[in-house]
Amino acid sequence: MPEDFRSQIEGQRAYLLRFASLQLRNTEAAEDVVQETLLAALAGESGYRGQSNLRTWLTGILKHKIVDAIRKSSREMAAGAFDDDPDIESLGYKFKENGHWAERPAAWSDPDSALEQKQFLAALEKCLKALPERTAQAFLMREHLGLGTDEICKELSVTATHCWVLLYRARMALRQCLEAGWFGKGAKG
Amino acid sequence: MLNCKEVTRLVSQGLDRELTFGERTALRVHFVICQGCRNVNRQLSFLRRAMQGLSAAEDEAGR
Repeated sequence: MPEDFRSQIEGQRAYLLRFASLQLRNTEAAEDVVQETLLAALAGESGYRGQSNLRTWLTGILKHKIVDAIRKSSREMAAGAFDDDPDIESLGYKFKENGHWAERPAAWSDPDSALEQKQFLAALEKCLKALPERTAQAFLMREHLGLGTDEICKELSVTATHCWVLLYRARMALRQCLEAGWFGKGAKG
Repeated sequence: MLNCKEVTRLVSQGLDRELTFGERTALRVHFVICQGCRNVNRQLSFLRRAMQGLSAAEDEAGR
C-alpha cells in the first residue's frame, strides 16, 4: 500500500513541477519545492483520506511550499523603498496632461476564441516571463495561486498600496504584451 | 471626476478588492463616455479568464 501511494504521488511530479515553475520562474527552485511537497505528502499520507482528488491535495501542499519559498527570497531581496507610482507610461500607454487617453486603447477582436488556442496560451506564458521578477511574483500569486492581496502583501512585505500597484502594472504590461504579440495589427491569430 | 489613468487603476483594484459604491458609480459613469477605458476594463477581466485557461491547460496536460 505505501509503495502504491508513493508511485501515485510520483506520477504527479511533472504536473507539480509545471505548476511551480510558472510561479517561481526558476527550475531549480521549482524542483526544490516539488521535492519538499512530495516528501511532505509521503510523511503525511494519513492526511490524505482519498476524499479529495490526489492532485488537488498535492497542489494544496505545493502552494504552501511555494509561498514559503517566496517569503524566503523576498526577505533576501533588498527591502528598498518601493515606488508607488505605477508609471504605466513606460509600458507604452499615452496620456494627455489631464490624465485622459492621448492614444485610446483599442478593442480586441474575439478574445474568447483565443482562449481555445494552445498558441495563445504559449504567448501568454511568454508575456508572463517578460515581466519583472517582483511584478510577476505578485501577479502569479494572485492569479495562479489564487491568493488574496492581504496574503500577497504580507509574504512580499509590502504595503497594500504597493501590492495594488504591482498588480496594476502587471496587468497593464500583460495587456500591452498580448496586444503586441497576439491581438494587434499584423499579429497572427 | 476620474481621469482615464485613475480609472484603469481602479479597474485593476476591482479585481483585487471590493470597490466602494462611490467607486463603482464613478466607473460606470466614466465607461458611458469612454470607449478606451471600456476596452481596458474588458481586457483586464479577460486576462483573469486567460490565467484560468492557462491553469486548466496545465491540469489537462498533466493527466
